[in-house]
Amino acid sequence: MSRRTAPTEEAARSAPSPHTKATGRLSRSLGSSSPKFRLAQRRSLTGWTFLIPASLVILCLNFWPMIQAFILSMKTGRGTRLNFAEPLWSNYARLFDDEIFKLTLQTTFIYLIVQVPIMLILALILANLLNDRNLRFKGLWRTAIFLPSAVGLVSYALVFRTMFANDGLVNDILLGFGFIDGPVNWLGQTETARMVIIVGLLWRWTGYNMIFYLAGLQNIDYSTIEAAKIDGANAFQTFWYVTMPQLKPIILLTAIMSTNGTLQLFDESFNLTAGGPANTSMTISHYLYMVSFRNSPNFGYAAAISYVILIIVAVLAAFQIRVGDKRD
Amino acid sequence: MTRRFRRLPGYLFLSLAALGSLFPLYFMVVSATNTSQEVLGSKLLPGTHLLENFESLASTQPLGSALWYSAVNAVGTTVLALVITSIAGYGFEVYHTKAKDWLMGLLLLAIMIPFAATMIPLFQMFADFGLVNSSFAVILPFISTPFLILLFRQASRNFPHDIIEAARLDGLRELAIFVRIYVPTMKPTFAAAAVITFMASWNNFLWPKVILVDNAVQTMPMLLSNIRAGYVTDYGMLMLAVLIASLPAMAIFLVLQRSFAEGITGAIK
Repeated sequence: MSRRTAPTEEAARSAPSPHTKATGRLSRSLGSSSPKFRLAQRRSLTGWTFLIPASLVILCLNFWPMIQAFILSMKTGRGTRLNFAEPLWSNYARLFDDEIFKLTLQTTFIYLIVQVPIMLILALILANLLNDRNLRFKGLWRTAIFLPSAVGLVSYALVFRTMFANDGLVNDILLGFGFIDGPVNWLGQTETARMVIIVGLLWRWTGYNMIFYLAGLQNIDYSTIEAAKIDGANAFQTFWYVTMPQLKPIILLTAIMSTNGTLQLFDESFNLTAGGPANTSMTISHYLYMVSFRNSPNFGYAAAISYVILIIVAVLAAFQIRVGDKRD
Repeated sequence: MTRRFRRLPGYLFLSLAALGSLFPLYFMVVSATNTSQEVLGSKLLPGTHLLENFESLASTQPLGSALWYSAVNAVGTTVLALVITSIAGYGFEVYHTKAKDWLMGLLLLAIMIPFAATMIPLFQMFADFGLVNSSFAVILPFISTPFLILLFRQASRNFPHDIIEAARLDGLRELAIFVRIYVPTMKPTFAAAAVITFMASWNNFLWPKVILVDNAVQTMPMLLSNIRAGYVTDYGMLMLAVLIASLPAMAIFLVLQRSFAEGITGAIK
Protein backbone atom coordinates (compact mmCIF):
# COMPACT_ATOMS: atom_id res chain seq x y z
CA MET A 1 0.00 0.00 0.00
CA SER A 2 2.62 2.45 1.04
CA ARG A 3 4.77 0.96 -1.71
CA ARG A 4 2.34 2.28 -4.25
CA THR A 5 1.87 5.72 -2.74
CA ALA A 6 5.46 6.50 -1.80
CA PRO A 7 7.83 4.31 -3.79
CA THR A 8 10.98 6.36 -3.30
CA GLU A 9 10.61 6.71 0.44
CA GLU A 10 9.89 3.02 0.72
CA ALA A 11 12.96 2.12 -1.25
CA ALA A 12 15.06 4.28 1.01
CA ARG A 13 13.61 2.56 4.05
CA SER A 14 13.96 -1.06 3.10
CA ALA A 15 17.07 -0.97 0.96
CA PRO A 16 20.27 -0.28 2.84
CA SER A 17 21.68 2.78 1.15
CA PRO A 18 24.93 4.55 1.97
CA HIS A 19 23.14 7.89 1.63
CA THR A 20 20.85 7.34 4.64
CA LYS A 21 21.80 10.08 6.99
CA ALA A 22 21.29 9.39 10.68
CA THR A 23 21.54 5.61 10.74
CA GLY A 24 24.41 5.59 8.27
CA ARG A 25 26.48 7.79 10.50
CA LEU A 26 25.51 5.79 13.57
CA SER A 27 26.47 2.46 12.12
CA ARG A 28 29.80 3.80 10.84
CA SER A 29 30.67 5.09 14.27
CA LEU A 30 29.92 1.67 15.66
CA GLY A 31 32.25 0.16 13.11
CA SER A 32 29.73 -1.87 11.22
CA SER A 33 28.55 -1.50 7.69
CA SER A 34 26.44 -4.62 7.44
CA PRO A 35 23.08 -3.73 5.89
CA LYS A 36 21.22 -5.89 8.36
CA PHE A 37 22.73 -4.03 11.30
CA ARG A 38 21.79 -0.67 9.87
CA LEU A 39 18.23 -1.84 9.33
CA ALA A 40 17.98 -2.89 12.97
CA GLN A 41 19.18 0.53 14.05
CA ARG A 42 16.73 2.27 11.80
CA ARG A 43 13.95 0.23 13.35
CA SER A 44 15.22 1.02 16.82
CA LEU A 45 14.99 4.71 15.96
CA THR A 46 11.43 4.23 14.70
CA GLY A 47 10.71 2.58 18.04
CA TRP A 48 11.99 5.65 19.86
CA THR A 49 9.67 7.95 17.92
CA PHE A 50 6.77 5.66 18.87
CA LEU A 51 7.41 5.81 22.59
CA ILE A 52 8.71 9.34 23.01
CA PRO A 53 5.39 11.26 23.22
CA ALA A 54 4.01 9.12 26.04
CA SER A 55 7.35 9.06 27.85
CA LEU A 56 7.76 12.82 27.61
CA VAL A 57 4.34 13.43 29.13
CA ILE A 58 5.21 11.22 32.10
CA LEU A 59 8.64 12.78 32.54
CA CYS A 60 7.33 16.35 32.30
CA LEU A 61 4.05 15.95 34.19
CA ASN A 62 5.05 13.37 36.83
CA PHE A 63 8.78 13.40 37.48
CA TRP A 64 9.46 17.09 36.90
CA PRO A 65 6.63 18.31 39.21
CA MET A 66 7.83 15.77 41.78
CA ILE A 67 11.25 17.44 41.80
CA GLN A 68 9.64 20.86 41.91
CA ALA A 69 7.49 19.80 44.84
CA PHE A 70 10.64 18.92 46.73
CA ILE A 71 12.14 22.36 46.08
CA LEU A 72 8.81 23.92 47.00
CA SER A 73 8.76 22.00 50.27
CA MET A 74 11.82 23.96 51.36
CA LYS A 75 10.19 27.32 50.66
CA THR A 76 7.87 29.39 52.72
CA GLY A 77 5.50 32.30 52.17
CA ARG A 78 1.95 33.07 51.12
CA GLY A 79 0.49 32.67 47.63
CA THR A 80 3.09 33.11 44.90
CA ARG A 81 5.61 35.03 47.00
CA LEU A 82 7.87 32.23 48.11
CA ASN A 83 11.37 32.30 49.54
CA PHE A 84 13.66 29.59 50.76
CA ALA A 85 12.93 28.81 54.38
CA GLU A 86 15.47 29.28 57.14
CA PRO A 87 16.44 26.55 57.98
CA LEU A 88 15.53 24.70 54.79
CA TRP A 89 13.76 21.85 56.58
CA SER A 90 11.54 24.10 58.69
CA ASN A 91 8.36 22.94 56.88
CA TYR A 92 9.23 19.37 57.74
CA ALA A 93 10.01 20.31 61.34
CA ARG A 94 6.63 22.00 61.58
CA LEU A 95 4.90 18.68 60.74
CA PHE A 96 5.90 17.22 64.11
CA ASP A 97 3.89 19.86 65.99
CA ASP A 98 0.90 19.78 63.63
CA GLU A 99 -1.86 17.95 65.49
CA ILE A 100 -4.21 17.82 62.49
CA PHE A 101 -1.44 16.38 60.33
CA LYS A 102 -0.80 13.62 62.87
CA LEU A 103 -4.53 12.96 63.23
CA THR A 104 -5.16 12.70 59.48
CA LEU A 105 -2.10 10.48 59.05
CA GLN A 106 -3.39 8.18 61.77
CA THR A 107 -6.89 8.09 60.25
CA THR A 108 -5.50 7.28 56.82
CA PHE A 109 -3.53 4.37 58.30
CA ILE A 110 -6.64 3.07 60.05
CA TYR A 111 -8.42 3.01 56.67
CA LEU A 112 -5.43 1.26 55.12
CA ILE A 113 -4.94 -1.41 57.78
CA VAL A 114 -8.63 -2.24 58.24
CA GLN A 115 -9.99 -1.89 54.73
CA VAL A 116 -7.32 -3.21 52.34
CA PRO A 117 -6.89 -6.72 53.87
CA ILE A 118 -10.66 -7.26 54.20
CA MET A 119 -11.22 -6.11 50.64
CA LEU A 120 -8.48 -8.25 49.10
CA ILE A 121 -9.59 -11.38 50.98
CA LEU A 122 -13.22 -10.83 49.98
CA ALA A 123 -12.17 -10.27 46.36
CA LEU A 124 -10.10 -13.47 46.40
CA ILE A 125 -12.99 -15.52 47.80
CA LEU A 126 -15.42 -14.09 45.25
CA ALA A 127 -13.03 -14.63 42.34
CA ASN A 128 -12.42 -18.18 43.48
CA LEU A 129 -16.16 -18.90 43.65
CA LEU A 130 -16.66 -17.41 40.18
CA ASN A 131 -13.83 -19.48 38.74
CA ASP A 132 -15.79 -22.70 39.35
CA ARG A 133 -16.48 -24.36 35.98
CA ASN A 134 -19.86 -25.63 37.14
CA LEU A 135 -21.17 -22.34 38.48
CA ARG A 136 -24.41 -21.10 36.96
CA PHE A 137 -25.15 -17.51 35.89
CA LYS A 138 -21.45 -16.66 36.01
CA GLY A 139 -21.75 -13.50 33.90
CA LEU A 140 -24.63 -12.24 36.02
CA TRP A 141 -22.72 -12.59 39.30
CA ARG A 142 -19.63 -10.99 37.82
CA THR A 143 -21.49 -8.00 36.40
CA ALA A 144 -23.45 -7.44 39.62
CA ILE A 145 -20.35 -7.50 41.81
CA PHE A 146 -18.26 -5.35 39.47
CA LEU A 147 -20.97 -2.76 38.81
CA PRO A 148 -20.12 -0.56 41.87
CA SER A 149 -16.69 0.03 40.29
CA ALA A 150 -18.38 1.81 37.39
CA VAL A 151 -19.89 4.39 39.75
CA GLY A 152 -17.96 7.58 40.33
CA LEU A 153 -16.34 8.22 43.71
CA VAL A 154 -18.27 11.43 44.36
CA SER A 155 -21.52 9.74 43.28
CA TYR A 156 -21.26 6.78 45.58
CA ALA A 157 -20.02 8.95 48.45
CA LEU A 158 -23.24 10.97 48.17
CA VAL A 159 -25.42 7.84 47.95
CA PHE A 160 -23.81 6.53 51.14
CA ARG A 161 -24.14 9.93 52.76
CA THR A 162 -27.87 9.81 52.04
CA MET A 163 -28.28 6.23 53.27
CA PHE A 164 -26.39 6.92 56.50
CA ALA A 165 -28.10 10.26 57.23
CA ASN A 166 -29.60 10.69 60.71
CA ASP A 167 -33.12 10.12 59.44
CA GLY A 168 -31.90 7.95 56.54
CA LEU A 169 -32.43 4.42 55.32
CA VAL A 170 -29.87 2.56 57.45
CA ASN A 171 -31.26 3.94 60.71
CA ASP A 172 -34.83 3.21 59.58
CA ILE A 173 -33.96 -0.42 58.81
CA LEU A 174 -32.05 -0.95 62.07
CA LEU A 175 -34.84 0.70 64.07
CA GLY A 176 -37.42 -1.38 62.23
CA PHE A 177 -35.69 -4.62 63.21
CA GLY A 178 -35.18 -3.35 66.75
CA PHE A 179 -31.38 -3.55 66.58
CA ILE A 180 -31.04 -0.02 67.95
CA ASP A 181 -33.23 2.02 70.28
CA GLY A 182 -32.71 5.43 68.70
CA PRO A 183 -31.18 6.72 65.45
CA VAL A 184 -27.39 6.49 65.28
CA ASN A 185 -25.59 9.67 64.27
CA TRP A 186 -23.36 7.76 61.82
CA LEU A 187 -21.54 10.72 60.31
CA GLY A 188 -21.36 12.70 63.56
CA GLN A 189 -19.21 10.35 65.64
CA THR A 190 -15.58 9.50 65.04
CA GLU A 191 -15.81 5.71 65.10
CA THR A 192 -18.99 5.41 63.04
CA ALA A 193 -17.94 8.05 60.51
CA ARG A 194 -14.71 6.16 59.88
CA MET A 195 -16.67 2.91 59.67
CA VAL A 196 -19.03 4.33 57.05
CA ILE A 197 -16.03 5.36 54.92
CA ILE A 198 -14.56 1.86 55.24
CA VAL A 199 -17.89 0.23 54.31
CA GLY A 200 -18.12 2.57 51.32
CA LEU A 201 -14.59 1.71 50.19
CA LEU A 202 -15.31 -2.01 50.47
CA TRP A 203 -18.48 -1.61 48.43
CA ARG A 204 -16.76 0.42 45.71
CA TRP A 205 -13.48 -1.47 45.26
CA THR A 206 -13.99 -5.19 46.08
CA GLY A 207 -15.43 -5.99 42.65
CA TYR A 208 -12.64 -4.05 40.96
CA ASN A 209 -9.96 -6.20 42.58
CA MET A 210 -12.01 -9.31 41.95
CA ILE A 211 -11.78 -8.67 38.19
CA PHE A 212 -7.97 -8.73 38.40
CA TYR A 213 -8.00 -12.01 40.35
CA LEU A 214 -10.48 -13.52 37.89
CA ALA A 215 -8.19 -12.59 35.03
CA GLY A 216 -5.29 -14.15 36.92
CA LEU A 217 -7.25 -17.31 37.62
CA GLN A 218 -8.15 -17.68 33.97
CA ASN A 219 -4.47 -17.80 33.14
CA ILE A 220 -3.89 -20.61 35.64
CA ASP A 221 -3.97 -24.10 34.18
CA TYR A 222 -7.33 -25.44 35.43
CA SER A 223 -6.00 -29.00 35.40
CA THR A 224 -3.72 -28.20 38.38
CA ILE A 225 -6.83 -27.31 40.38
CA GLU A 226 -8.68 -30.43 39.23
CA ALA A 227 -5.69 -32.60 40.02
CA ALA A 228 -5.67 -31.29 43.59
CA LYS A 229 -9.37 -32.07 43.93
CA ILE A 230 -8.86 -35.61 42.64
CA ASP A 231 -6.06 -36.04 45.16
CA GLY A 232 -8.63 -35.32 47.86
CA ALA A 233 -7.82 -31.70 48.73
CA ASN A 234 -10.77 -29.69 50.02
CA ALA A 235 -11.71 -26.29 48.63
CA PHE A 236 -9.55 -24.38 51.10
CA GLN A 237 -6.50 -26.62 50.63
CA THR A 238 -6.82 -26.37 46.86
CA PHE A 239 -6.99 -22.63 47.11
CA TRP A 240 -4.13 -22.25 49.60
CA TYR A 241 -1.64 -24.68 48.10
CA VAL A 242 -2.46 -24.61 44.39
CA THR A 243 -4.25 -21.41 43.40
CA MET A 244 -2.73 -18.86 45.76
CA PRO A 245 0.99 -19.38 44.89
CA GLN A 246 0.16 -18.93 41.20
CA LEU A 247 -1.79 -15.74 41.91
CA LYS A 248 1.00 -14.14 43.93
CA PRO A 249 2.12 -11.59 41.31
CA ILE A 250 -1.43 -10.30 40.88
CA ILE A 251 -2.06 -10.19 44.62
CA LEU A 252 1.10 -8.11 44.87
CA LEU A 253 -0.14 -5.79 42.11
CA THR A 254 -3.55 -5.27 43.74
CA ALA A 255 -1.95 -4.76 47.18
CA ILE A 256 0.29 -2.02 45.82
CA MET A 257 -2.57 -0.38 43.87
CA SER A 258 -4.88 -0.43 46.90
CA THR A 259 -2.25 0.88 49.30
CA ASN A 260 -1.43 3.67 46.89
CA GLY A 261 -5.13 4.46 46.40
CA THR A 262 -5.92 4.48 50.11
CA LEU A 263 -3.05 6.81 50.94
CA GLN A 264 -4.42 9.21 48.31
CA LEU A 265 -8.03 8.99 49.46
CA PHE A 266 -9.75 12.32 48.91
CA ASP A 267 -13.21 12.16 47.30
CA GLU A 268 -14.83 10.08 50.06
CA SER A 269 -13.38 12.10 52.89
CA PHE A 270 -14.41 15.34 51.19
CA ASN A 271 -17.93 14.35 50.13
CA LEU A 272 -19.12 11.53 52.39
CA THR A 273 -18.14 12.85 55.83
CA ALA A 274 -16.62 16.24 54.89
CA GLY A 275 -13.75 15.19 57.15
CA GLY A 276 -15.92 15.47 60.23
CA PRO A 277 -16.56 15.29 63.06
CA ALA A 278 -13.72 17.61 64.12
CA ASN A 279 -11.41 16.35 61.32
CA THR A 280 -11.41 12.81 62.73
CA SER A 281 -12.44 11.11 59.47
CA MET A 282 -10.28 13.37 57.31
CA THR A 283 -7.60 11.72 55.16
CA ILE A 284 -4.11 13.09 54.65
CA SER A 285 -4.84 14.05 51.02
CA HIS A 286 -7.94 15.94 52.14
CA TYR A 287 -5.81 17.84 54.66
CA LEU A 288 -3.25 18.53 51.93
CA TYR A 289 -6.02 20.04 49.81
CA MET A 290 -7.17 22.21 52.71
CA VAL A 291 -3.63 23.49 53.32
CA SER A 292 -3.09 24.12 49.59
CA PHE A 293 -6.29 25.78 48.51
CA ARG A 294 -8.42 26.73 51.52
CA ASN A 295 -8.20 29.44 54.16
CA SER A 296 -4.67 30.83 53.78
CA PRO A 297 -2.96 28.72 51.09
CA ASN A 298 0.54 27.61 51.99
CA PHE A 299 2.12 25.81 49.03
CA GLY A 300 5.48 25.24 50.72
CA TYR A 301 4.01 23.50 53.74
CA ALA A 302 1.57 21.56 51.54
CA ALA A 303 4.48 20.33 49.43
CA ALA A 304 6.17 19.04 52.59
CA ILE A 305 3.00 17.10 53.45
CA SER A 306 2.87 15.72 49.92
CA TYR A 307 6.43 14.47 50.27
CA VAL A 308 5.51 12.58 53.41
CA ILE A 309 2.78 10.83 51.38
CA LEU A 310 5.28 10.13 48.59
CA ILE A 311 7.80 8.58 50.98
CA ILE A 312 5.17 6.43 52.72
CA VAL A 313 3.86 5.16 49.37
CA ALA A 314 7.40 4.34 48.18
CA VAL A 315 8.41 2.61 51.43
CA LEU A 316 5.23 0.52 51.59
CA ALA A 317 5.53 -0.48 47.92
CA ALA A 318 9.15 -1.49 48.41
CA PHE A 319 8.17 -3.48 51.50
CA GLN A 320 5.34 -5.25 49.66
CA ILE A 321 7.60 -6.11 46.74
CA ARG A 322 10.17 -7.59 49.14
CA VAL A 323 7.58 -9.71 50.93
CA GLY A 324 5.72 -10.64 47.75
CA ASP A 325 8.83 -11.69 45.86
CA LYS A 326 10.09 -14.03 48.55
CA ARG A 327 10.25 -17.59 47.29
CA ASP A 328 9.32 -20.25 49.81
CA MET B 1 -27.40 -35.15 49.12
CA THR B 2 -24.00 -33.79 50.11
CA ARG B 3 -23.11 -33.43 46.44
CA ARG B 4 -26.18 -31.37 45.77
CA PHE B 5 -25.73 -29.01 48.72
CA ARG B 6 -21.95 -28.73 48.57
CA ARG B 7 -22.24 -25.58 46.51
CA LEU B 8 -24.92 -24.00 48.65
CA PRO B 9 -22.57 -21.86 50.81
CA GLY B 10 -20.91 -20.58 47.66
CA TYR B 11 -24.20 -19.55 46.09
CA LEU B 12 -25.31 -18.00 49.37
CA PHE B 13 -22.12 -15.94 49.60
CA LEU B 14 -22.40 -14.82 45.98
CA SER B 15 -26.05 -13.85 46.50
CA LEU B 16 -25.19 -11.75 49.52
CA ALA B 17 -22.33 -10.05 47.66
CA ALA B 18 -24.50 -9.37 44.62
CA LEU B 19 -27.34 -8.07 46.77
CA GLY B 20 -24.99 -5.81 48.72
CA SER B 21 -23.46 -4.52 45.48
CA LEU B 22 -26.75 -3.81 43.76
CA PHE B 23 -28.79 -2.46 46.67
CA PRO B 24 -27.18 1.03 46.92
CA LEU B 25 -27.57 1.34 43.13
CA TYR B 26 -31.23 0.36 43.40
CA PHE B 27 -31.65 2.90 46.19
CA MET B 28 -30.05 5.56 43.98
CA VAL B 29 -32.36 4.82 41.02
CA VAL B 30 -35.53 4.61 43.09
CA SER B 31 -34.71 7.73 45.11
CA ALA B 32 -34.29 9.73 41.92
CA THR B 33 -38.04 9.32 41.39
CA ASN B 34 -39.05 10.29 44.93
CA THR B 35 -39.34 13.52 46.89
CA SER B 36 -36.72 14.48 49.46
CA GLN B 37 -39.15 13.53 52.23
CA GLU B 38 -39.79 10.12 50.70
CA VAL B 39 -36.05 9.44 50.32
CA LEU B 40 -35.47 10.15 54.01
CA GLY B 41 -38.64 8.19 54.81
CA SER B 42 -36.86 5.22 53.23
CA LYS B 43 -39.38 4.66 50.48
CA LEU B 44 -37.95 1.81 48.41
CA LEU B 45 -40.48 1.79 45.60
CA PRO B 46 -40.40 3.96 42.47
CA GLY B 47 -42.32 7.21 42.85
CA THR B 48 -43.75 9.84 40.54
CA HIS B 49 -41.44 12.74 41.31
CA LEU B 50 -38.84 12.11 38.58
CA LEU B 51 -39.85 15.03 36.36
CA GLU B 52 -40.10 17.45 39.29
CA ASN B 53 -36.64 16.38 40.45
CA PHE B 54 -35.30 16.93 36.95
CA GLU B 55 -36.89 20.36 36.73
CA SER B 56 -35.44 21.52 40.02
CA LEU B 57 -32.05 20.08 39.10
CA ALA B 58 -32.00 21.73 35.67
CA SER B 59 -33.24 25.06 37.03
CA THR B 60 -30.88 25.35 40.01
CA GLN B 61 -27.72 23.79 38.54
CA PRO B 62 -25.83 24.21 35.25
CA LEU B 63 -26.58 20.57 34.37
CA GLY B 64 -26.13 20.89 30.59
CA SER B 65 -22.79 22.64 30.72
CA ALA B 66 -21.43 20.32 33.43
CA LEU B 67 -22.34 17.29 31.31
CA TRP B 68 -20.76 18.94 28.27
CA TYR B 69 -17.47 19.75 30.01
CA SER B 70 -17.32 16.30 31.60
CA ALA B 71 -17.85 14.72 28.18
CA VAL B 72 -15.22 16.90 26.48
CA ASN B 73 -12.66 16.12 29.18
CA ALA B 74 -13.40 12.39 29.33
CA VAL B 75 -13.55 11.83 25.56
CA GLY B 76 -10.49 14.00 24.99
CA THR B 77 -8.48 12.18 27.63
CA THR B 78 -9.56 8.74 26.41
CA VAL B 79 -8.80 9.34 22.73
CA LEU B 80 -5.41 10.95 23.33
CA ALA B 81 -4.43 8.40 25.98
CA LEU B 82 -5.29 5.46 23.72
CA VAL B 83 -3.33 6.91 20.80
CA ILE B 84 -0.11 7.77 22.58
CA THR B 85 0.08 4.93 25.12
CA SER B 86 -0.81 2.17 22.65
CA ILE B 87 1.92 3.18 20.23
CA ALA B 88 4.35 3.60 23.15
CA GLY B 89 3.55 0.15 24.54
CA TYR B 90 4.02 -1.31 21.05
CA GLY B 91 7.29 0.58 20.66
CA PHE B 92 8.64 -0.61 24.01
CA GLU B 93 7.92 -4.25 23.17
CA VAL B 94 8.47 -4.64 19.43
CA TYR B 95 11.60 -2.49 19.17
CA HIS B 96 12.95 -3.23 22.61
CA THR B 97 16.58 -2.46 23.35
CA LYS B 98 18.44 -2.16 26.64
CA ALA B 99 17.96 1.62 26.71
CA LYS B 100 14.22 1.31 26.07
CA ASP B 101 13.82 -1.34 28.77
CA TRP B 102 15.63 0.98 31.16
CA LEU B 103 13.34 3.88 30.28
CA MET B 104 10.30 1.65 30.79
CA GLY B 105 11.60 0.75 34.24
CA LEU B 106 11.98 4.43 35.05
CA LEU B 107 8.45 5.24 33.83
CA LEU B 108 7.03 2.42 35.95
CA LEU B 109 8.39 4.18 39.02
CA ALA B 110 5.87 6.93 38.28
CA ILE B 111 3.12 4.53 39.43
CA MET B 112 4.42 5.19 42.93
CA ILE B 113 4.22 8.99 42.64
CA PRO B 114 1.00 10.00 44.37
CA PHE B 115 -0.97 12.64 42.49
CA ALA B 116 -0.98 14.69 45.68
CA ALA B 117 2.79 15.13 45.38
CA THR B 118 2.62 16.63 41.89
CA MET B 119 -0.65 18.53 42.17
CA ILE B 120 0.68 21.87 43.44
CA PRO B 121 3.60 22.23 40.97
CA LEU B 122 1.24 21.14 38.18
CA PHE B 123 -1.20 23.84 39.21
CA GLN B 124 1.59 26.44 39.22
CA MET B 125 2.84 25.22 35.84
CA PHE B 126 -0.56 25.51 34.15
CA ALA B 127 -1.19 28.82 35.90
CA ASP B 128 2.11 30.18 34.47
CA PHE B 129 0.91 29.29 30.98
CA GLY B 130 -2.46 30.91 31.63
CA LEU B 131 -4.25 27.59 31.30
CA VAL B 132 -6.33 27.64 34.49
CA ASN B 133 -10.00 26.83 33.67
CA SER B 134 -9.06 25.20 30.34
CA SER B 135 -9.97 21.66 29.28
CA PHE B 136 -6.41 21.33 28.04
CA ALA B 137 -5.12 21.57 31.61
CA VAL B 138 -7.71 19.04 32.81
CA ILE B 139 -6.79 16.53 30.10
CA LEU B 140 -3.02 16.77 29.66
CA PRO B 141 -1.74 15.24 32.94
CA PHE B 142 -3.79 12.08 32.36
CA ILE B 143 -3.13 11.21 28.72
CA SER B 144 -0.14 9.07 29.58
CA THR B 145 0.07 6.71 32.53
CA PRO B 146 2.64 3.97 33.19
CA PHE B 147 -0.27 1.61 33.82
CA LEU B 148 -1.67 2.04 30.29
CA ILE B 149 1.76 1.76 28.64
CA LEU B 150 2.35 -1.43 30.63
CA LEU B 151 -1.08 -2.77 29.60
CA PHE B 152 -0.26 -2.28 25.91
CA ARG B 153 3.30 -3.53 26.26
CA GLN B 154 2.16 -6.76 27.93
CA ALA B 155 -0.53 -7.22 25.28
CA SER B 156 2.06 -6.68 22.52
CA ARG B 157 3.93 -9.65 23.92
CA ASN B 158 1.18 -11.94 22.58
CA PHE B 159 1.28 -10.26 19.17
CA PRO B 160 3.10 -12.66 16.81
CA HIS B 161 6.34 -11.23 15.45
CA ASP B 162 6.00 -13.36 12.30
CA ILE B 163 3.14 -11.12 11.21
CA ILE B 164 5.34 -8.05 11.57
CA GLU B 165 8.11 -9.70 9.51
CA ALA B 166 5.63 -10.78 6.83
CA ALA B 167 4.19 -7.27 6.65
CA ARG B 168 7.70 -5.83 6.32
CA LEU B 169 8.40 -8.18 3.43
CA ASP B 170 5.17 -6.97 1.85
CA GLY B 171 6.67 -3.50 2.00
CA LEU B 172 4.49 -2.06 4.74
CA ARG B 173 6.08 0.78 6.68
CA GLU B 174 6.52 0.42 10.43
CA LEU B 175 3.74 2.88 11.28
CA ALA B 176 1.41 1.21 8.79
CA ILE B 177 2.05 -2.15 10.44
CA PHE B 178 0.97 -0.65 13.74
CA VAL B 179 -2.12 1.09 12.39
CA ARG B 180 -3.39 -1.56 9.97
CA ILE B 181 -2.41 -4.82 11.62
CA TYR B 182 -1.72 -4.29 15.30
CA VAL B 183 -4.64 -1.98 16.17
CA PRO B 184 -7.40 -4.14 14.63
CA THR B 185 -6.14 -7.32 16.33
CA MET B 186 -5.78 -5.70 19.75
CA LYS B 187 -9.40 -4.57 20.13
CA PRO B 188 -9.89 -6.14 23.60
CA THR B 189 -6.83 -4.33 24.95
CA PHE B 190 -8.06 -1.04 23.51
CA ALA B 191 -11.49 -1.70 25.03
CA ALA B 192 -9.97 -2.34 28.46
CA ALA B 193 -7.84 0.80 28.21
CA ALA B 194 -10.82 2.84 27.03
CA VAL B 195 -13.04 1.65 29.90
CA ILE B 196 -10.37 2.34 32.51
CA THR B 197 -9.45 5.77 31.13
CA PHE B 198 -12.99 6.97 30.44
CA MET B 199 -14.25 5.95 33.88
CA ALA B 200 -11.27 7.54 35.60
CA SER B 201 -11.52 10.85 33.78
CA TRP B 202 -15.33 11.05 33.78
CA ASN B 203 -15.26 10.59 37.55
CA ASN B 204 -12.08 12.56 38.29
CA PHE B 205 -12.74 15.08 41.02
CA LEU B 206 -9.61 16.41 42.72
CA TRP B 207 -7.67 17.74 39.71
CA PRO B 208 -10.65 19.41 37.98
CA LYS B 209 -11.59 20.92 41.34
CA VAL B 210 -8.09 22.37 41.65
CA ILE B 211 -7.55 23.62 38.10
CA LEU B 212 -11.14 24.68 37.23
CA VAL B 213 -11.52 27.71 39.46
CA ASP B 214 -14.45 29.18 37.55
CA ASN B 215 -17.76 27.44 38.30
CA ALA B 216 -18.90 28.09 34.72
CA VAL B 217 -16.63 25.29 33.48
CA GLN B 218 -17.33 22.83 36.32
CA THR B 219 -17.69 19.10 35.65
CA MET B 220 -20.38 16.68 36.88
CA PRO B 221 -18.52 15.46 39.99
CA MET B 222 -17.93 19.11 40.97
CA LEU B 223 -21.61 19.89 40.44
CA LEU B 224 -22.60 16.93 42.65
CA SER B 225 -20.23 18.06 45.36
CA ASN B 226 -21.63 21.59 45.20
CA ILE B 227 -25.21 20.33 45.66
CA ARG B 228 -24.03 18.45 48.74
CA ALA B 229 -22.36 21.56 50.14
CA GLY B 230 -25.62 23.57 50.00
CA TYR B 231 -27.46 24.38 53.22
CA VAL B 232 -30.62 22.43 52.44
CA THR B 233 -30.20 19.24 50.46
CA ASP B 234 -33.05 18.06 48.23
CA TYR B 235 -32.25 14.34 48.39
CA GLY B 236 -34.53 13.35 45.50
CA MET B 237 -32.84 15.88 43.24
CA LEU B 238 -29.39 14.89 44.55
CA MET B 239 -30.00 11.21 43.79
CA LEU B 240 -31.20 12.09 40.29
CA ALA B 241 -28.04 14.12 39.72
CA VAL B 242 -25.95 11.21 40.98
CA LEU B 243 -27.83 8.85 38.66
CA ILE B 244 -27.28 11.09 35.63
CA ALA B 245 -23.60 11.43 36.50
CA SER B 246 -23.24 7.66 36.81
CA LEU B 247 -25.03 6.59 33.63
CA PRO B 248 -22.35 7.30 30.96
CA ALA B 249 -19.52 5.43 32.69
CA MET B 250 -21.82 2.53 33.55
CA ALA B 251 -23.15 2.33 29.99
CA ILE B 252 -19.61 2.25 28.58
CA PHE B 253 -18.66 -0.49 31.00
CA LEU B 254 -21.72 -2.63 30.24
CA VAL B 255 -21.21 -2.29 26.48
CA LEU B 256 -17.49 -3.09 26.57
CA GLN B 257 -17.64 -5.52 29.49
CA ARG B 258 -16.67 -8.66 27.60
CA SER B 259 -13.72 -7.07 25.81
CA PHE B 260 -12.69 -5.36 29.03
CA ALA B 261 -12.33 -8.70 30.85
CA GLU B 262 -10.51 -10.18 27.84
CA GLY B 263 -8.14 -7.24 27.65
CA ILE B 264 -7.20 -7.45 31.33
CA THR B 265 -6.74 -11.22 31.06
CA GLY B 266 -4.49 -10.84 28.03
CA ALA B 267 -2.42 -8.20 29.74
CA ILE B 268 -1.61 -10.06 32.95
CA LYS B 269 -0.61 -13.32 31.32
